[in-house]
Amino acid sequence: MIDASPRMLYERYDVVVAGAGPAGLGAAVAARQAGAERVLVVDREAEAGGILQQCIHAGFGLHHFGVELTGPEYAQRVLTEALDGGVDVLTDAFVLDIAHDRRVRLLTGEHGVATVASGATVLAMGARERTRGAVRIPGERPAGVLTAGLAQRLVNLHGLLPGRRVAILGSGDIGLIMARRLTLEGVEVVGVFELQAHPNGLSRNIVHCLHDFDIPLHLSTTVVDVHGRERVTGVTVAPVDDDLRPQAHRAWEVPCDTMLVSIGLIPENELSRQLRLRLDPVTGGPVVTSTMETSRDGVFACGNVVHIHDLVDFVSEEAALAGGHAGRFATGWQPPHDNVRLQPATNVAYCVPHTVTTERDHTVYLRVRRPLERSVLRLSTPDGRVVHERKLRYVVPAEMVNLRLRASLLEGFHGDALLVEVLPR
Amino acid sequence: MTETFTYLCIGCPLGCRLEVDEAEGDIVEVRGFSCRLGKEFAVQEHTDPRRLVTTTVGVDGARWPRLPVKTTGTVPKALVREVCRALAHVRVRAPVRLGDVVIADVLGTGVDVVATRDLPTTS
Repeated sequence: MIDASPRMLYERYDVVVAGAGPAGLGAAVAARQAGAERVLVVDREAEAGGILQQCIHAGFGLHHFGVELTGPEYAQRVLTEALDGGVDVLTDAFVLDIAHDRRVRLLTGEHGVATVASGATVLAMGARERTRGAVRIPGERPAGVLTAGLAQRLVNLHGLLPGRRVAILGSGDIGLIMARRLTLEGVEVVGVFELQAHPNGLSRNIVHCLHDFDIPLHLSTTVVDVHGRERVTGVTVAPVDDDLRPQAHRAWEVPCDTMLVSIGLIPENELSRQLRLRLDPVTGGPVVTSTMETSRDGVFACGNVVHIHDLVDFVSEEAALAGGHAGRFATGWQPPHDNVRLQPATNVAYCVPHTVTTERDHTVYLRVRRPLERSVLRLSTPDGRVVHERKLRYVVPAEMVNLRLRASLLEGFHGDALLVEVLPR
Repeated sequence: MTETFTYLCIGCPLGCRLEVDEAEGDIVEVRGFSCRLGKEFAVQEHTDPRRLVTTTVGVDGARWPRLPVKTTGTVPKALVREVCRALAHVRVRAPVRLGDVVIADVLGTGVDVVATRDLPTTS
């Protein structure tokens, strides 16, 4: 059932989706439910499911399915929903280009280069990991430096261990998950080193993956040198000051044969850039309306390609929105245009979607810049009139904030922009 | 003499800071939770911490050499490593269906270890 690629391609699809992870599959199902008849999902991997296939740990699905699932279980559920819902899933294939009239050019293992017409397209390419090069760590270039996600793929899918003694740079969720995973496989994890003063992963991963196994987490500390000619022999780490500058005189040596980097994800937007979509410099993903439509008509986007999510459940929620609107667009229905811009202000890094309408209810996802113990989320007009306030607890940059923005909250509001702030209280 | 123990709730991404007051071996107060599950977790974590175990076992005849598995329920935290050790040399044969039991009643914990995905035979 995992390998269910169509034997032939139609000349025209109502909706073509790039990426068969939870975002793409969820969007495809929603597009079908919204009336699209022919829906094609294209993925470059040999099997659908996206990154979930290698995320063998549990913690997925509590919001979306009401039950705690592992990554592969979540993937199998969404893939089954797609196939049962009449979606064509084409693996081992790649979207090369989307023309202005939405003809999609594909490179496929089975059909070569093929062009199909589409009524709407959904971008769901996900994200890739930042690498050592992204943070410019000086030192030698030995084997044994890899991203946490690559290590996860090697261990969980290929059954290969990346090393015997591992240091982890960055406290992103994948790094934390791999600290536990490698420990359970008999690898010694010597420590997790985080540049910031606060961890960058979910608190439950701090408890379950580090505390449970007495793996030290060094906050405000970073790797300043990598040693080894052929293979990593160790790294030099140093605490950083308030301006994140390493304190060389307080540095120490950490012998290890492997360094994993878990320093964040970057939306995979080659295609978006090629299509000259408007991008948000903070998220790295396309600017989207409240229907998840990008700056190009009929091109929608959802999931990590838009902004990095910490829970797949919210990816599925966003995918249903994007796919539903793509399906309706393809069948000729256009929603009213958005009339309010959301402007991230004090302590808010970004908001998605970037615009909303006062006609419907919305879920707005946002990320704060700094942690706050007790805070208030405030929506106000540019001239300072408060439109809505909601108390929040323990906001941290690592955990996305969801704001249910009901149309009724904006009843007395007639401006064209809302400032979004998260302030101490 | 009351002693306070703090735990980080892992029930959901909220990550509530839980506090458990204990006096003469009994829990006298639990604070910091924002749902029923959080309160239950604090008591559980204080008296009998348990974990779900996820790992892989070897599989022959499939696309991948590893099959992801999980325990069907939580096991005592102290047994997590032992469960993984018990699975270290287990091998199964494709095809496998999600939910197939790989080891029943692992280490006498009363929980099974099951496959967490379908893995068909490769042609």
